[in-house]
Amino acid sequence: MTAILQFDDVHRHFGKQEVLKGLSLQVEKGQIYAFLGRNGAGKTTALRILMGFLEPHRGRALVFGKDSQSLQPADRARIGYVGEGHLLDPTMRVKEAIAFERGTRPGFRTDLAERAVQRCGLRHGQFIARLSRGQRAQLSLVLATAASPDVLVFDDPAMGLDVVMRREFLDAMIDLLADSGCAVLFSSHILTDVERIADRIGILHEGTMLVDATMDDLARRVRRGVLQGATAPVLADDRHVLRSKPRRDGYELLLLDAGPEELARLARLGRLDDLRAPSLEDLFLDLTGPDRPGLLSEPVRELALPAEVVS
Amino acid sequence: MLIRIDPRSAEPIFEQIVFAVKAALARGTAAAGQKLPSVRELARDLAINPNTVVRAYEQLERDGVVVRRQGSGCFLSDRGKELGAVQRRRELQDLLRRAATDAFHLGFTADEVRAAMDQSLEQMHFERNEKETT
Repeated sequence: MTAILQFDDVHRHFGKQEVLKGLSLQVEKGQIYAFLGRNGAGKTTALRILMGFLEPHRGRALVFGKDSQSLQPADRARIGYVGEGHLLDPTMRVKEAIAFERGTRPGFRTDLAERAVQRCGLRHGQFIARLSRGQRAQLSLVLATAASPDVLVFDDPAMGLDVVMRREFLDAMIDLLADSGCAVLFSSHILTDVERIADRIGILHEGTMLVDATMDDLARRVRRGVLQGATAPVLADDRHVLRSKPRRDGYELLLLDAGPEELARLARLGRLDDLRAPSLEDLFLDLTGPDRPGLLSEPVRELALPAEVVS
Repeated sequence: MLIRIDPRSAEPIFEQIVFAVKAALARGTAAAGQKLPSVRELARDLAINPNTVVRAYEQLERDGVVVRRQGSGCFLSDRGKELGAVQRRRELQDLLRRAATDAFHLGFTADEVRAAMDQSLEQMHFERNEKETT
């Protein structure tokens, strides 16, 4: 399947600060890709390069297979983008913002926008300057999705939205996907939403991708557990132990494809307990969180899941 | 029929949907002929990608649990009764052999596996189904 969105070894620095150090990822039709990372990881920079607002210093970003630096208006009309901060003209009223979008985007569905605006409790006559941050976020999303785009790119769309609004936003995204099978790339901090809706996630950390994997793969192949009373040090290796974090009475382990043999090997070293698929939050913390002070810790190894070995 | 998922489970979401539908049939909380929610309805209910629902329904169709009628949606079927005796027996053996192998590797004895199987059957209310068919 061809990628609708693609980063190909993208580098970008600001002054001496390297923000992206070789970012590569792909989003295919019908796929929802969640782009995760701590504040300052480089997510916004990446999305701005994808939209053609910023130039990469090396590598390239592609939208519909075309370089993002030379997108034509016809291509741009197929993209729904909501940037950080939800930029809208504050002097407009809600109805003017809708009319403006209708005038600039050929596929804009006024009926969809009107219905969504009503559901969020916004009124036509309200000035955008008077809207709360959450309401502005909601309006931006309504305007972006009502144009039935082929691709949606959202920079932290949930920021400033309450639970109800977030659900409304997810519903809008689901409807679009059910109708047209568009591709979605969004960054987020709400990992519980991501766990449900994303097909694939990428974790960006200090400009490099630590994880680029499908949710199914993560659920099936990654395990987290505790090894208590270890008789010998357990170190991260290149095979099954992705990460080993010493704690008072043993080790916290992050395991990949650990079959019966590997589990038996670990069980000989100590009592292996609490083995389960990590939640996205656990995985995120394990890989990007600061190490606890006073504890030795292995350096983070890239979690690029190798192809599954079918025996 | 209530379909619930646990996004934290080690089981991929589409497999959870497949299992939930099969389990509803086995427990008798859903019956052959019943219509499944549309892809969009279920995706919205569970807040998941509609493509995940499509994948689950396709799997159910391949497994013969669901029939798709053009334009009107997916319906539960009872393929079990339509299959030949030999084929049914073969599929059952396949299933149990796989479960038995995994159980052995987890270190259980044959008796423990038997007891666990009985318990699972009770949970599924299979006894009731048996009475209906005999």
